Amino acid sequence: MIGAEAPVFIPLAFLVSAMLALLLGVISRPLAYVTAIVGSAAALFFSVRGLQAVLADGPISYHLAGWMPPLGIELYLDPLAGFFCVLLSGITLLVMVYGRHSVQHETPRKEVPFYSLAMFLVGGLSGMVMTGDLFNLYVFLEIGALSGYGLVAIGDKRAPVSAFRYLTLGTLGAAFFLLGVAFIFISTGTLNMADIARVLLVSQPTTPIMLGMALIVVGVGLKMALFPMHAWLPDAYTHASSTATALIAPIGTKVAAYILLRVLFFMADPEYVRHDIHLTDVVGYLGAVGIIWASVMAITQKEMKRMLAYSSVAQVGYIALGIGLASPLGFIGAVLHVINHAFMKACLFLVSGSFRLRLGHSSIPKLDHGVGRVLPWTSAAFSIAAISMIGLPPTAGFFSKWYLALGSIEQSNWVFVAVLLISSLMNAVYFFRILERMYLKPRSASDDGKEAEMPQQAAPANNEAPGSMLVPTLVLAAGVLVLGIMNAWGISHIIEPMIPEGL
Amino acid sequence: MLEFIEGYYAYIFLALLFTIGLYGMMVKRNLMKKILGMSMVQISTIMFWLVSAFKEGAGVTVLNERIGVDNPDLYFNPLPHTLMLTAIVVAVITLGVSFALAIAIYREYQTLDEPSLLERMK
Amino acid sequence: MTSDMVYTTPIPFLAIMVSLIAVPLILLSRNRPNLREGWTLAAALVKFALILYLLPAALQGRIAEFTIIEIARGIDLQLRVDPMGIFFALVASSLWILTSFYSIGYVRGAHEKKQTRYFASFAVCLSATIGIAFSANLLTFLIFYEILSLATYPLVVHKESDEAYRSGRMYLVYALTAGVILIAAVGWTYLLAGSADFVPGGLLAGIIEDPGIARALFIMFMVGVGVKAGIMPLHSWLPRAMVAPTPVSALLHAVAVVKSGVFGVIRIVGFVFGPDTMQAFDLNLILAVFAGATIILASLIALRQDNLKALLAYSTVGHLSYIVLGMALLSPDGFLGGIMHLANHATMKITLFFCAGAIYVNLHKTEISELDGIGRTMPWTMSMFAIGALGLAGVPPINGFVSKLFLCLGALQADQLIMLGILLVSGLLNAAYFFPIIYRAFLRKGDSNAARFKEASLSMVVPICIVGVLSVLLGFFPNLFFHFYDLAAAAVDGITGITSDNVLAGTLP
Repeated sequence: MIGAEAPVFIPLAFLVSAMLALLLGVISRPLAYVTAIVGSAAALFFSVRGLQAVLADGPISYHLAGWMPPLGIELYLDPLAGFFCVLLSGITLLVMVYGRHSVQHETPRKEVPFYSLAMFLVGGLSGMVMTGDLFNLYVFLEIGALSGYGLVAIGDKRAPVSAFRYLTLGTLGAAFFLLGVAFIFISTGTLNMADIARVLLVSQPTTPIMLGMALIVVGVGLKMALFPMHAWLPDAYTHASSTATALIAPIGTKVAAYILLRVLFFMADPEYVRHDIHLTDVVGYLGAVGIIWASVMAITQKEMKRMLAYSSVAQVGYIALGIGLASPLGFIGAVLHVINHAFMKACLFLVSGSFRLRLGHSSIPKLDHGVGRVLPWTSAAFSIAAISMIGLPPTAGFFSKWYLALGSIEQSNWVFVAVLLISSLMNAVYFFRILERMYLKPRSASDDGKEAEMPQQAAPANNEAPGSMLVPTLVLAAGVLVLGIMNAWGISHIIEPMIPEGL
Repeated sequence: MLEFIEGYYAYIFLALLFTIGLYGMMVKRNLMKKILGMSMVQISTIMFWLVSAFKEGAGVTVLNERIGVDNPDLYFNPLPHTLMLTAIVVAVITLGVSFALAIAIYREYQTLDEPSLLERMK
Repeated sequence: MTSDMVYTTPIPFLAIMVSLIAVPLILLSRNRPNLREGWTLAAALVKFALILYLLPAALQGRIAEFTIIEIARGIDLQLRVDPMGIFFALVASSLWILTSFYSIGYVRGAHEKKQTRYFASFAVCLSATIGIAFSANLLTFLIFYEILSLATYPLVVHKESDEAYRSGRMYLVYALTAGVILIAAVGWTYLLAGSADFVPGGLLAGIIEDPGIARALFIMFMVGVGVKAGIMPLHSWLPRAMVAPTPVSALLHAVAVVKSGVFGVIRIVGFVFGPDTMQAFDLNLILAVFAGATIILASLIALRQDNLKALLAYSTVGHLSYIVLGMALLSPDGFLGGIMHLANHATMKITLFFCAGAIYVNLHKTEISELDGIGRTMPWTMSMFAIGALGLAGVPPINGFVSKLFLCLGALQADQLIMLGILLVSGLLNAAYFFPIIYRAFLRKGDSNAARFKEASLSMVVPICIVGVLSVLLGFFPNLFFHFYDLAAAAVDGITGITSDNVLAGTLP
C-alpha cells in the first residue's frame, strides 16, 4: 500500500536521487541527468498515488519514525497538499527533461551539481508542503533555500552576486521565521501545527502570538518575494540558468505562498488573523501595491527573463491579494493562482531558455518576426502562456483572476478590483510588446511595404528547439488551457473541501 | 525600569545583537561584513530559543542524574536545545555557502566591496 | 419556461467548433491556397447549414440548449439557441459565406501577404461570434467576447504598416480595457443575482434596489460592450481599424465584431436588466442620450470624410447607435426595430464595404473625390452601392426603411419625440453624405484612363450582387428565407412579455 506511505516517499525520492546524482555523476555526467529524471518520475508516481489515496480515504497523517505528534514530526497529506505535490513533482519532471540541452548550453560542465541541487531543492519544497510541524518546516525551508542559492549561483558570470544577495535576504527571512516560531512555541508549548490551532482556538490571543504570527509572515514574505521584500528576486531569476529559473520561479515562491496560506488560515484562527491583528489586510494591500509596482517595472525591462521575474513579483501579489481577502472566494483565487501561475511561468521561462539556445539571447529589442517562423511551436506556447498571464479566457489565468475579482467585489473592496483590472492591462502591455515582435514585421522597415527591402528576411529556416525542450514547453502550454477549462472540477474536488471553516 | 532590564536583560541583549546584525547586513558595503551580520542575526535567533528554555534554579537531567524527569520545574526544557542543534547545523551550512559564494565573487571580480563590485559588473 | 420547450442538442456547439476545427486545417495547408480556401468555404457552409437546421425548432418556440462544461464554480459554459441568438447567428453565418467568396477574390486580387493567417483568424472570429450569439449566460458571453477581441487583432494589423500597428494597438487598448471592465461587471452581476444566466425580461429585475449600484453597474456594462458597439465616445478605434483589408472591415467591422457589441447591448438591456429595471432607474435615458448624440455626431463627421472606408466607418458608428437607441426606447416597436436593424444594417453595410473593396482592388482608389464616372466602369458594383446607400438613408422599399419605420413607431410608442426627430434628421444626413458618391459615380464624367478598367472579378461581383439584392428582398419581405421578422418579434416577446399580435398592432401594454 504505497498510498498511505506516500508522504514520506515523495521527499525521499527527491533527496535520494539528489545524492545518487552526485555519486553517479562522478562516473558519467549524463547519469546525473537520468537520475534526476528517474527521481522526479518516482516522486510524481508517489504523489499521484498519495493523491488518489487521499481522495479516496481522506487525509493521511504519517508519523516520522513512529513518534506520535505533537512530540514526533508529522507529515500530513490532505487533498490540497496532495495536489501540490503532484503539481510540484510534475513540473519538476518536465523541467528536468527540458534541462538536457539547456543546462549543457548555458552552464557547461556543471550538470552534476546542477541536477543534484535541483533535486535537493524540490525535496525541501515537497517537505515544506506536507509537514505538519513548524520546526520541521523551517528545516525543509532551509534545505530548499540552501540548494536554491547554489542553483542560482550556477548561472552566468553575475550569478554568484545575485545568489549572494538571495542568500542574505533568504537567511534573514528564515531567521525571522524561526524567531516567529519561537514566540509561538513559547506561548503554546507545541510545534505541531494542528496542535497549535487547537490551542489558539481556546486561548486568548496574546502579544507574543501576534508578534510570532507577524514575524512568520515577514519571514515567509521574504521567501515568497512579497512586495517590498522582493529585492532578491529579479537578479536571481535573471542570472540563474534558464532551467534553474524555470524550476525556482514556478515552484519556489509558490510553496512559500502556500505556507503563508497554511499558517494564516489553518494554524491560526482566520477570524483572529483578520479582525484582531489585521494581518491579512496588510498582506493583501502589500500584494496590491506589489502588483502595480512590479508591473510597471516589468514594462520597463528589456531582457525577457528580467521582465518575467518582475512579472513573478506581480503574480505573487495576486496570491497575496487573495490571501488578503480572507474569504472563500479569495482562498479559491489564491490557491488557483498558485497552480496556474506555476504552469504559466514555467512555460514562459522554458521558452526564454529555448530562445537562448536557438537565438543566442532573450533580449526583447532583438527579437524580430523571424522568431515566429524559426521557433513556431515555442512561439505558440509562449503566446498561450502570455494570453493566460494577461488573464484572457479561456486560459487558466482568467479564472484565477475571475475568482479574485469576485472575492473583491463581494467585499466591496474596489481598490482590489481596480488593481486587478489595471494590472491585466499592464500585463497586456508587456506581453503584447513581445508578441508583436515575434509575429509581425519590424515597424520601420515596413513603411512602404516593399518586399525587396528586407533581403535578410528571406524566410528564415525552421530551427525549432530539440524535442527534449519542446515537449515540456508544449505540455505546460496545453496544461494552461486544460487548467482553464477544467478549473471548476479542480475547485470543487480539491480546493473547496479545503476551505478553512473560519473563513 | 531597572527591574524590567534586570528581568529581561538577556532578551534585550539579543534584540540588540539582532539589530546590529540586521544593520550590518543592510548597511555595510563589504560582503564579509554582511556575512558577519547575517551570522549575528542567526545566532541571536538561536540564543533566543535557548534563553526561552531557561528556568531559574533548574539543571540538565542528562548531566545531573539526581534531577530526574518527574518534576519539570527542575530541568530545562530540552526540546529547544535539540531543535537548536539542527538550527546551528543549518547556520553553519549557510555560512559555508555564503563563504563559497564570496570566494566565487572574489575570483570573478577581485573585490568584495559592493560599490566597486557593481562598478565592475557593468 | 416549460421543459418541453427546451431540448438538448450538441448542434450549437458543433456550429461553433466547425470553424475552430478548420483553423488547424487552414494552417496546415498553407502552401496550397486552393485547399486552404476550400476549408474556409467548407467550414462556412457547414456552419450555416447547422444553424439553419436549428431554425425550424426556434420558430416553433423551442429552445435548444447545450452545456459544454462547468467552466467556473456555479456557472456553466452553456449555449442556448433562443430567437435572439439564432437571429444574430443567422446574420453572421450567412454573410460569412459570401464574405469567404469575396475574400478569395479580394486577397488574391490585392496580392495580400500572409493569407493563411488571414483566413485562420477569420475562422476564429466567426467561431467567437457564433459563440456570442448562442451564449446562455454572461460568463460564456464574456469568454467568447474576449476571444473575438484577440482574434480580430491579427486582422487589424494585417497590413503590417506603421499605421496598422498604431490602429492595432489602439484597438487592443480599447478592446482589452472594455474587456476587463466587462469582467468586473459580470462578476458583480453574478454576485448580486446568484446566477449569470440571460433571462428574458431581466436577470436583475427586482434584485437591485439601490439606484447608485444600478447606474454604476449599467455604465460598467455599457463601457464593456459599448466599445465594440461604437457608442461615442468609445468609437474611435473603429474608423482607425479600417486599415484592415476590406473583407475584414466588411464582415467584422460591419457585422461580426461591432454587432457583437450591439448584441451585447441587447442582451444587457433586455436580458440582464430588463425593461422594468431600466425604466425604474432611468437607465434608458443614459443610453438614449449617448446613442442619440452618436447618431447625429457620427453622421456629421461622415459628411466631411473623403476616404470611402472612413465614411463607411462613421456611417457604421451612427447606424449601430440606431440599434442601441431602439433598445433605449424600451417600447416593443423600438426593440423590434433595433433588432431588425441589426440584420438589415448588416446586409446594406456589407454591400457598401464589398463595393469599396472592389473599387480598391480594381482601381486602387480609396478617396471619394477619385470616383468620378466610376459607375460606367463598374456598373454592377456601383448600382449595388447605390442600393445600399439608399437603404441606409431609409428609402423604401429597401430593408433599411423597414427597421427605421419600426424605430420611429417605437419612438412614438415611448413618447420620445426628440428621438423621433433624431432619427429623421439622421436619415437626411445619411442621404447627404451618400448622395455625393452616387452623383460622382454616375453623373460625372471620369478621366479617360478609367475606361481601361473593367468590372471587378466574378468572385467579388457575385457576392456584391447577392447582398445587394438581398437587401431589397428583405425590404419587401422581411420574413424571407430566414424569418428575421418572426425571430425578432419572438425575441421582443420574450423581453417585454407581450404577444406578437400586440406588437404588430403597435399597442402599448
